[in-house]
Amino acid sequence: MVSVGASAVAAALPGAVGAAPAANDAPVLAKVAFTVNGEKRDLELDTRTSLLDAAREHMHLTGSKKGCDHGQCGACTMIVDGRRINACLTLAVMHQGAQITTIEGLGQPENLHPMQAAFIKHDGYQCGYCTPGQICSGVAVLDEIKAGIPSHVTADLNAPMQVTDAEIRERMSGNICRCGAYSNIVEAMTDVADQNKARRPA
Amino acid sequence: MKSFTYERPTSPAQAAAAVSANPNAKFIAGGTNLLDLMKLQIETPTHLVDVNGLGLDGIEATPEGGLRVGALVRNTDLAADARVRKDYAVLSRALLAGASGQLRNKATTAGNLLQRTRCPYFYDTAQACNKRQPGSGCSALDGVSRQLAVIGASEACIATHPGDMAVAMRVLDATVETVDGRGTERKIPISEFHRLPGERPEVDTTLKPGELITAVTLPKPLGGAHIYRKVRDRASYAYALVSVAAVVQPDGSGRAAFGGVAHKPWRVEAAEGEMARGAKAVTAQVFAGAKPTHDNAYKLKLAERTLGAALTEARA
Ligand SMILES: Cc1cc2nc3c(=O)[nH]c(=O)nc-3n(C[C@H](O)[C@H](O)[C@H](O)COP(=O)(O)OP(=O)(O)OC[C@H]3O[C@@H](n4cnc5c(N)ncnc54)[C@H](O)[C@@H]3O)c2cc1C
Ligand code: SF4
Ligand code: FES
Ligand code: FES
Repeated sequence: MVSVGASAVAAALPGAVGAAPAANDAPVLAKVAFTVNGEKRDLELDTRTSLLDAAREHMHLTGSKKGCDHGQCGACTMIVDGRRINACLTLAVMHQGAQITTIEGLGQPENLHPMQAAFIKHDGYQCGYCTPGQICSGVAVLDEIKAGIPSHVTADLNAPMQVTDAEIRERMSGNICRCGAYSNIVEAMTDVADQNKARRPA
Repeated sequence: MKSFTYERPTSPAQAAAAVSANPNAKFIAGGTNLLDLMKLQIETPTHLVDVNGLGLDGIEATPEGGLRVGALVRNTDLAADARVRKDYAVLSRALLAGASGQLRNKATTAGNLLQRTRCPYFYDTAQACNKRQPGSGCSALDGVSRQLAVIGASEACIATHPGDMAVAMRVLDATVETVDGRGTERKIPISEFHRLPGERPEVDTTLKPGELITAVTLPKPLGGAHIYRKVRDRASYAYALVSVAAVVQPDGSGRAAFGGVAHKPWRVEAAEGEMARGAKAVTAQVFAGAKPTHDNAYKLKLAERTLGAALTEARA
């Protein structure tokens, strides 16, 4: 049994299995190691630290944004082990060994990811606050369609998936944009989907 | 959030024993509901038992011709499983109608069944709520109850089970499999899994403290048309006001369960004899004895119309 999370108080006890509640709400520290944007990271964190706060506060990767901290806006979207998730609603310590990609890992100013370039080309943002989450989500959505994962608007669950405006809108509904850049985001994603199709022989 | 210790057991029996041994411990799966509630200090466990490493993430065929879905199977993976899409489409549809892509990638089968109500007063820690704080009263009775239950509620609580997946599982007659802290396994029919609030609205289900869900099994496929219709305030990423999970056979017979109307997925098998006669005949029986509030009486009409739309879709 793997057991982490010996609190300052409980540290003397061998292992923290079924440990007594941390006295006086004292912080409980735990170690976690994962790979972020290709780089191995070893952290010791308060068990309460969300993956989002670990990135922003402890690794100084501030691209991922905190909009709501409750899974309602998508600004914190990261790609973890190939899937997009809300980094605000997951604990960093639950990601031992994970491969994590944040907006910083998708591309850099001098070497943009095609989705980043398409957002610029199509004006897929105004204030930019939701944009890192939109772009991470957008990349993952095209992968999900390619992998044949259906959506609420997919007419035939058993037919191959298509990239349509309706599919993009439904699949991107977990990313809220207060500036209302939605239609340009759909254009940016459609552009990247077309580029991918052109690159892949049918 | 209150501080907590954290452990990652490697077997279901260890996990159940760990939570059984500590009344302040909780399992954590996807974390998408529990962490939300912990941030608001509505849930305040002092020890978390991570169930992600228990090997409960497979979907396998059962000898009876059905499927056994591991408790940790993600909502995305269950919805996308080829067998589920083909033979249990109502379940795929219900899952895909819930939450967002990001959330479904994390949310698990067991966690989804156990998601807590979205009653606004349950979330508002400044208000009285018997579910959050037993004995404190129910703010919804004289408050805004537009989203809340129309049937099966009590004087103590009129909250709903807010989820979509469980409504489809109810129409499919799924079974919840568990193991407790002593290693004893049991099978709970989905109809007996969620409870009505009665005098104890703080207890959502018939699970015992420390009892771990290991899987949900689906009986052999029913055939027919599988429909899930969800009516909500916006087209996506919102909870149901009313939802209907229906399986309709070519001769018009079938089954229907309703979401968003009660503390549990609401199904009245005795009313299903009326399916071929149309929605009104069915909902008249399903909602007999309903006690809506001023705010949510619209749900009765909406339920009838939503079932009507589902039946039309099934014939198409
Ligand atoms: C913004 C937002 C929108 C949403 N919209 C919808 C929607 O439209 N429809 C819908 O249906 N849902 C919706 N959800 C809820 C979502 O489906 C649930 O949060 C999710 O399914 C919970 O699963 P989880 O694995 O993350 O559970 P967790 O948060 O990990 O756990 C939930 C509960 O289950 C317990 N638990 C977990 N696993 C086990 C186990 N194996 N045995 C025993 N107990 C266990 C935990 O102790 C906890 O009490 C929404 C959520 C959010 C945040
Ligand atoms: S309806 Fe239930 S959950 Fe809502 S305030 Fe009343 S007791 Fe709490
Ligand atoms: S900050 Fe995570 S969803 Fe809003
Ligand atoms: S660009 Fe401002 S919130 Fe989306």
